[in-house]
Amino acid sequence: MARLLSFPGTRRQRELALQAVFLSALAALVLGAALTARERLAAQGLTSGFGFLRKATGWEINFALLPTTTADPYWWYLLSGLVNTLFMGAVGLSGAFALGLLVGLMRSGRNPAARLLGTLYVELFRNLPIILQLFFWYAVATALPNPRQSIEIGGALVNARGIYLPGPEIGRGIAALSALAILAGAGLAVGILAARRFRRAAPLRRQSLAALSLAAGFAVAAGLALAFRDPATPWITHPRAEGLRITGGWRIQPEFYALALTIITYGAAYVGEIVRGGLKAVPRGQIEAAAALGLTAWQRFSRVTMPLAFRAMLPMLANQSVWLMKATTLGIAVGFSDFFMVVAGSINHSGQTLELIGILMAGFLAINLTLAALMNRLDRALSLEGSSMRPRR
Amino acid sequence: MTQTTPTRAVPRRRGLWRRLRHDYAATPAAALVTLVCGTILVAIAWTLIDWAILRATFDPAAGREACRAAGGACWPVIAARWRVILFGLYPYDEQWRAALACLVVAAVILLSCLPRMWGLGRLAAIWATGTALFYLLMRGGLFGLTPVNEQQWGGLPLTLFVFVATAVIGMPMAIVLALMRRSSLPGIAIPAGLLIDAIRSLPLLSILFTCAIVLPLVLPDFLIGEKLYRVVFGAALFFAAYQAEIIRGGFQAIPRGQEEAAKALGLGWRQRLVRILLPQAFRLALPATINQFVIAFMETALIVVVGFMDLLASANTAFRTGEWTFAHVEVYAFIAAIYFAFVFGLSRYGAFLEARMDAGQQRS
Repeated sequence: MARLLSFPGTRRQRELALQAVFLSALAALVLGAALTARERLAAQGLTSGFGFLRKATGWEINFALLPTTTADPYWWYLLSGLVNTLFMGAVGLSGAFALGLLVGLMRSGRNPAARLLGTLYVELFRNLPIILQLFFWYAVATALPNPRQSIEIGGALVNARGIYLPGPEIGRGIAALSALAILAGAGLAVGILAARRFRRAAPLRRQSLAALSLAAGFAVAAGLALAFRDPATPWITHPRAEGLRITGGWRIQPEFYALALTIITYGAAYVGEIVRGGLKAVPRGQIEAAAALGLTAWQRFSRVTMPLAFRAMLPMLANQSVWLMKATTLGIAVGFSDFFMVVAGSINHSGQTLELIGILMAGFLAINLTLAALMNRLDRALSLEGSSMRPRR
Repeated sequence: MTQTTPTRAVPRRRGLWRRLRHDYAATPAAALVTLVCGTILVAIAWTLIDWAILRATFDPAAGREACRAAGGACWPVIAARWRVILFGLYPYDEQWRAALACLVVAAVILLSCLPRMWGLGRLAAIWATGTALFYLLMRGGLFGLTPVNEQQWGGLPLTLFVFVATAVIGMPMAIVLALMRRSSLPGIAIPAGLLIDAIRSLPLLSILFTCAIVLPLVLPDFLIGEKLYRVVFGAALFFAAYQAEIIRGGFQAIPRGQEEAAKALGLGWRQRLVRILLPQAFRLALPATINQFVIAFMETALIVVVGFMDLLASANTAFRTGEWTFAHVEVYAFIAAIYFAFVFGLSRYGAFLEARMDAGQQRS
């Protein structure tokens, strides 16, 4: 570093000068950009600031868990988009983890047929761009027959406009609240299992407490659905085709399930590889010791291999979850109103580009930090003393 | 000899049977797994063969009705639309230039996969020449080539251009960012770290979108330029943030003694970096780097969303127009094969390098 700058002074002074120059150049860059932006926006007659968030939007979004109308203000739309993203993320992550576990186990087992199937799966889904897969599934979903010629599968109707499932008739807000109750119950259960505070409690007590909170979540959800259901409607309505319209039942839009399917299948290929790496990282001695103690194959797997492998996988699963959350932004390519698409739409309609981009960044930062903090917490809660096992990279 | 033959043959046959039984059906549960997976495999293979070959239509002159009647894949759509899929809106008569440009990129990638080309100077020379040649062929305007502006670029050459430009711009940026983050001066290390972490926490789509739409707001007029270059810059920045962390990991894996020994020999900062640290860091980070290249290639497909006619978008238009609206599966299968060939080849190459380096480690 000394030879790099031929300025006079001691090494310390030169270093200080270098940093000062760098930082002021950075500041000048940011300031210049801000001034240019202000000038341009003023020329377009836009005032910067977050006042626009209270204005009514006047345009529609095609998928919303929260009830939205065109009279709703921007902040409600943005919140609604965020909820959609979180919902898609929850569906995508849980699906990808479940399918990925299966794929990873298939690839790690001894059975050649299962291994071949697992390998084909991973190589196919991992080596194609995710957006290509999304376009493919969306094209397949929208090329289904039109509502008049819906395919009927066990009471459900499938056509180009979506999948119509039989279900109880409840309002969207109540459905969202119920889902929230179930999620809260599940979150509490995980918290109880992982929290340090309950660590000293007997495992049996901990597990029953967790099961209780899970059940409580479902009970609250069921209670909500019961209390607010319209007594005039039957318990479960079946979708019925009336010409081009379909009434009753629950509609799953093609935008939603194409994106969910893409995230699940693509994510599962990566999760499968993480699971395989985690299983590989379990020391042979542990499994042999378990066998020597006379544990059965299932006991060896569920009590020794899996708990150790899971700890090894956790950091990479954390990265993968963050990655999959970011993948929900692909919704804009098929028209699923996730957070990013709502932000993009708001930019188009309100012109408040910089503010909205700031909100977008803050939103994703918050999601990522929360996920990372959760995973870190889980990692610390589960860590075994004296074992620093990590899979080989 | 005649006496031993039967005694050998019998155990071998039993051995095979036993091995099969041991592998496929050691327990009833394992037999069930074999049965289920085997059925799925056979079903997939049969469906594929039946659709793509047995019931498919191959006659290039066949139209929609003939395909519908046959019931399988409709390959005439590829014969009719392949130039749109591969070259997008590029002027029809000049498409030989686009094809040649793709070959140049393929040659550059193949050349840089050869271990004998691995030197900073050589690699930089190959990539700079390749990019210049590609640009000359695509853009034209010199040596009697008709100029074709960037808005008409499309298909495979555009995908390859975005990939190559991302790598060529992103790699030096990644090295600089990694060095800055490693710096002992907090005034340099902290901003670099913040930038890297901020970019890594954002989705690529939002960065591409920002570059396409927000940058014109904050840049002075002479810097705004073509949308393509802004988007490529965004992709390169994203690539650089990830690659910088990979390089930093490589730096951290170098034994401390290496730098200390270089210092003891009296090498200056630049010599230590160029001769001692960077080559080792790159060697250690090679598998992860190849992986990052694979990801960068797949992520070029995202530029569809900000309105470019890359391979994926031109495939979309190939079946959205005219009589081929039903043939989306065939068109997607065609471009999926192109993406797959590239990505699978590169990732196999990465695995080969990793094995080669492991072998080298064990020998020393």
